[in-house]
Amino acid sequence: MTELTSRVAPPYPPLSERLKFYGIWVAAALVLLALPKVFSSGGALTTFSLIGISIIFSLSYNILLGQTGLLSFGHAVYYGLGGFLAIHAINIIGANKLPIPLPVVPLIGGLTGLFFAALLGWVSTKRSGTAFAMISLGVAELVASSALILRTFFGGEAGISANRTKLMRLFDWSFGPQIQIYYLIAAWTLLAVIAMYALTRTPLGRMCNAVRDNPERVQFVGYDPHVVRYLAFCFAGFFAGIAGALAAINFEIANAAYLGAVQSGTVLFSTYIGGVGYFIGPIVGAIFVTVLSLSLSDLTSVWQLYFGLFFIAVVTFAPGGITGLLMMHWPLIKGGTFGRVLPSYLMGLIPTLAMLAGLVLAIETVVHYTVNPGDDPNIKAFGMSFNVSSPTTWIVAFLLIVVGFVAARKTWSRLALAWDDALKAAREKGYHT
Amino acid sequence: MFWGRVVHELITISTLNGILFGMLLFLMASGLTVIFSMLGVLNFAHASFYMLGAFFGFQISRWIGFWPALFIAPVLAGALGAAVERFGLRRVHRNGHVAELLFTFGLAFAIEEVVQIIWGKSPVDFRVPPSLDFPAFRIFSTNYPAYKMFMLVVSIAIFVGLLVVLKKSRIGLIVQAALTHPHMVGHLGHNVERIFMLVFGVGTALAAVAGVIAGPALVTQSNMATLLGPILFVVVVVGGLGSLPGAFVASLLIGLIQTFAVSMNGSLAGAFGPLSPTYAHTWLADIWGVTVAQVAPIMPYVLLVLILIFRPMGLLGTRET
Repeated sequence: MTELTSRVAPPYPPLSERLKFYGIWVAAALVLLALPKVFSSGGALTTFSLIGISIIFSLSYNILLGQTGLLSFGHAVYYGLGGFLAIHAINIIGANKLPIPLPVVPLIGGLTGLFFAALLGWVSTKRSGTAFAMISLGVAELVASSALILRTFFGGEAGISANRTKLMRLFDWSFGPQIQIYYLIAAWTLLAVIAMYALTRTPLGRMCNAVRDNPERVQFVGYDPHVVRYLAFCFAGFFAGIAGALAAINFEIANAAYLGAVQSGTVLFSTYIGGVGYFIGPIVGAIFVTVLSLSLSDLTSVWQLYFGLFFIAVVTFAPGGITGLLMMHWPLIKGGTFGRVLPSYLMGLIPTLAMLAGLVLAIETVVHYTVNPGDDPNIKAFGMSFNVSSPTTWIVAFLLIVVGFVAARKTWSRLALAWDDALKAAREKGYHT
Repeated sequence: MFWGRVVHELITISTLNGILFGMLLFLMASGLTVIFSMLGVLNFAHASFYMLGAFFGFQISRWIGFWPALFIAPVLAGALGAAVERFGLRRVHRNGHVAELLFTFGLAFAIEEVVQIIWGKSPVDFRVPPSLDFPAFRIFSTNYPAYKMFMLVVSIAIFVGLLVVLKKSRIGLIVQAALTHPHMVGHLGHNVERIFMLVFGVGTALAAVAGVIAGPALVTQSNMATLLGPILFVVVVVGGLGSLPGAFVASLLIGLIQTFAVSMNGSLAGAFGPLSPTYAHTWLADIWGVTVAQVAPIMPYVLLVLILIFRPMGLLGTRET
């Protein structure tokens, strides 16, 4: 037996590998500590807090989508319930003067998420694939509609609010200022990320991958895919609950929108855009989508449309998400053949950008005519100023789209050829991944 | 005597409305089911085509009248659907089923945004055409509008037409064969890709027909797809994914359940008397005081959970996934 394990188990990693591994986490902790020193404005702190919450939520979602292959349309249920329980916990603790400090409250949210995932998960995970997606949607609608009926607990449309500063203090931290909330969220984010990374390294994490790739084979090995899916679902619910509780602490309010379809859709967007194939993908996606949604809304009034179109583009052209797209280049960079595709990239970039500019111009023009037709025709979007009533704008938009599209198709097929060429050369040198 | 008549009236009206809602659901669910069976993708944006049908119908009936709109709007929406299949889904197909489902999810999101940009967020004034704006008949003391009868007739006519086409015509036979054995149909030399595009187009056009005829009776608003979409998926899962008869039974079932629930005013408080004052301000009071009509929106989802516990494949389903 020991002989077998010593043969099967991977060799203990050398010191340099271990240093590298732990070094990443220590570096992440240092970055989180130093971040508010570099960007100390209130807006930046709020953004960082939102990103931290979104990272935990997206990573918890990826336990389902990326690790286990379960596409859920109702993950916000566990996020929202965690948030509501956290708010109620803060109120109860504050009213009864219980000796529980605020940093523990996210754990209450996590346990709530775990409890409801354990309760609803068994039915939800009975089936996988498309049926699971539809069931998760149905369960989410059930919970979201019930939340509007149970007014005492969920507070109806207005929601439930709490005061986070009235709890027992640790080290004289009141958790009133945003900077203290930032550190609370940062600490929890680091903890949760480490825990979720560790989860992917456990036998359960490996079985989840196996269930995703070949459930039949898993059955042959002697595992029940349903049980594995259920366990993954519970863990996802736990971490989603933590994220929800942190959001509730951050905003000091929880309302029905926490549980809703929009929240579920947002986490799906950020996880998928970041990339489900790599552990770091959802982190990238959470940062990207949070920053994008905060900054795009300043640039244009119809940012959600661009957001949706961007998502469609990612699904169509880059199913691996941003990280998948970047990691594709890894063998080329390692093999030193990246230089061969670079010219084709630059060539493809010009007509693609022209086409996108034309599209933006057309959308903004149409939006101007339908949403606010009486306003000044000289509008500004993405830093460009143009007159929507002049025919020149229309012609330019049309030409940009058509010519850009035709040229882009040509250059992209050239790029594909150059790409294959470079990849082949890199593979010949022995760099596969 | 009086109560007997009231109950009788309630049952008659609710049954009529329930069947009507069920048939409308089936107009959409049939397209969704056939698309799912053939392409293996559950079209998340199916309810969006229903919404597009309603808005196209509204716009066209404003320009040239309701009757041309009844034909032009579904054709437009169907063409759009076929284009989505041809230039979008077929591309995404390589990336697997999750990518396909997500593509339609993103599409639903984008369509809602576009509709909001063009027609705004508030309901548009889509009226019943004057030629149908009269009471069809009286049941006891209630006038039943002719337009609702028209909706019922149209949906039943399409249902019968669909049945005949599927069972009798050559293209129907191919579609039926492709439902269960798509590869075999391809091997027999049929252009499966073109059939897929056609089916997608016709399926979305059917949803659009439902949109045009439901638009004046219900509310034509940019959130109508979001409201109806989940119920539609409940229908398809409850009936059994990929089963057309199952979708029919589930549509009628959910149509009837929801209509009857809406018309009932009973609550636990009404049945067992008010709650003792000690509990009056706890969350128990919410459950105690809620009426059946108020829980009507969650009925389909309760049904979904029950079906999943007792019959995970759906009522008439045979497939595991």
